[in-house]
Amino acid sequence: MIDFGYTLTRDRQLDYDRGDFRFLRIVRAMEPSLDVCIGCGSCTATCSAGHFTGFNIRKLHTLIQRGDNETIKAELKKCMFCGKCQLVCPRGVNLRNLILAMNRAIEQLG
Amino acid sequence: MIKFNLFVLPFSLGLIYIVYSIIMHYYRWIKALPALDKVKLSTGIRTPSKVFASLKEIFLEGLIHRKLWKRNPLLGYMHMSFALGWFLLIVMGNLESRVYHGAHFNAPYYPIFLKFFIHDRLVLFFEIFTVPAFFRFMMDFLLLFVLSGLVLALVKRKQSNWFGMKQTTRHSLFDRVILTCLWLIFPMRLLAESYTAGYFHGGGGFLTQNLGNLLIAVTPGPAELIAYFFWWSYSLVLGLFFIMMPYSRYMHIPSELLLIVFRHCGIQPKKWGSAFSDLEVYSCSRCGVCIDACQLNFAAGINNIQAVYLIRGQRDQYIPENIALTCMLCGRCQEVCPVGIKVDSLRLIKRREIGSGQVSDFSYIASSHPGFADVVYFAGCMSHLTPSITIAMEGLFTAAGVNYLFLDRDGSICCGRPLMLAGKDKQANELMEFNKTLIRQTRARLLVTSCPICYKIFREEYNLPIRIQHHSQYLLDLVRNGKIPLQSQHRKVVYHDPCDLGRGGNIYSAPRELLGKISDLLPSEKECANALCCGGSLGLMNTSVQSKDEVTRNALHSLLEHEPDFLVTACPLCKKTFAKHSGTEVKDIAEMVYDAIP
Repeated sequence: MIDFGYTLTRDRQLDYDRGDFRFLRIVRAMEPSLDVCIGCGSCTATCSAGHFTGFNIRKLHTLIQRGDNETIKAELKKCMFCGKCQLVCPRGVNLRNLILAMNRAIEQLG
Repeated sequence: MIKFNLFVLPFSLGLIYIVYSIIMHYYRWIKALPALDKVKLSTGIRTPSKVFASLKEIFLEGLIHRKLWKRNPLLGYMHMSFALGWFLLIVMGNLESRVYHGAHFNAPYYPIFLKFFIHDRLVLFFEIFTVPAFFRFMMDFLLLFVLSGLVLALVKRKQSNWFGMKQTTRHSLFDRVILTCLWLIFPMRLLAESYTAGYFHGGGGFLTQNLGNLLIAVTPGPAELIAYFFWWSYSLVLGLFFIMMPYSRYMHIPSELLLIVFRHCGIQPKKWGSAFSDLEVYSCSRCGVCIDACQLNFAAGINNIQAVYLIRGQRDQYIPENIALTCMLCGRCQEVCPVGIKVDSLRLIKRREIGSGQVSDFSYIASSHPGFADVVYFAGCMSHLTPSITIAMEGLFTAAGVNYLFLDRDGSICCGRPLMLAGKDKQANELMEFNKTLIRQTRARLLVTSCPICYKIFREEYNLPIRIQHHSQYLLDLVRNGKIPLQSQHRKVVYHDPCDLGRGGNIYSAPRELLGKISDLLPSEKECANALCCGGSLGLMNTSVQSKDEVTRNALHSLLEHEPDFLVTACPLCKKTFAKHSGTEVKDIAEMVYDAIP
């Protein structure tokens, strides 16, 4: 490949028609407080797992909305479930149950 | 001559069925025990001290109902009159039947229906001092004893608060049917014996004879037939009760006896369910004492998930998921359970079924050698949210000149208990291995933690070769050894027992002694084993933040009753949870000690 001094950036387009929103529906039914999130990122800032790796709950929240389930599956395994995120959430999102709900959705959808 | 009448058949069939059923259940439970527990059982029942302890507990709890007496005398009396009264009726009835029938073997129904077969008169004055008269008096007295309990049971349906119970169990239809049978047994017996005694002008005691005479006088109709009708009814309700018993909550009567023996033999519940846990489920009488103890009930109005409903679900082979997950695992219910059922372990068994299918990947954790020290300090995840605790602890370590190592200074690897509370033991074990390795590498002889959640799992699951202390114990040791000089600030404080430290770790006195040295410790309405949960419990999975807040506010209301200067606790999670709602400053015990250094 000839080096022209620049590269192509990865496609950042989101195709909502290809998202799998069954996941979102299951999670929302199990933990409705999902919808009050304002995306402040306090959860991610305090995260025990996030201290060691790129685990990011706020990102997971976004991925659910987009229906990008494959990424969620891989990311979710990193959670230590310590519950700090829930204690600092200014909106009262039940984050531990949100994690459980995502796990459940993965189980149900295979 | 063989005494027999057709009406004894329903009772006799019921009796055969219940005896068969109990034997089969006992056989099944004992057979299903793991090999090690079988050894424990067979050595236990040959150890006189254990047999004696079991019999003592069976007498005190199974018959007298001592724990219920302590809770409320009326409640204790009601249960005692049924259990002890019925038991003595059986014993006394058997003895009485021997007076009239000298054979070694009496038909089992004979003592039960003795008054139908025997109704001779005691006419002469001195005969009231004879053996038959004594038995007649005793049998009537015991029947009255049981009936007094029955009256109380009826009153309790309407006025449960007189019995120290705000709420009682909502029973299923089947439970209500068998309850009716049980309640009918003794009035039927009274009527049958009275009518017979009245008809024959003899055979009854002070109660049945007088009542019988009265009934015969005031009721028209063929008295013999009426008596016969009541004997049939008595036999039928007894038989029905026995036939329904194996499928009902009354199976707790034989089950609890075996459970007490199992416990005294040292048999413990297993993580994945076992014969022991199954026996615990059968031993629940559904008395509903756990309902009033549950904060989710009285503070947040969630009244369908309490221990009694969990266990009933287990008995019916179906536990709705929310019953398993909606619980703070604070341990208040098992503290008050008169049968001593380990409810939390039963709930965790169900949670393990739910949570076992999921996987984790903690390969990202890469830790280097932590270094060496005498004392290793593990603050815990939650303490990182309350840095005042870790600052105080580091200050205290330095003040005492301890060679310590702050193992999780740069962020904790979670101890694993939060995962375990969600039923994910496998994942928890993975995290535990990381921490175990780190702790071992320090070659410390003592592990101190600021978090009761970590403390509990370190002690119960980690199998570490070193001593483990919560910082309240450790600081008390330092103070006792004169390592930290203290000066009391004379501030009024109330101490809140964290669940995992108090009920979970049985540490009540160390923090109190420590606080007594540096402040004026006020009592609180509910403390020690009766302490409230702060509401922040990691055991609670699917309950809204609003409900949790209600639990927190309710607990604060109780704790701040005497208007202390500080609310002191010994858990970062409690501190963080209370601080959100408390008007009074919330401090950890480590901060209090640190502030008291002159």
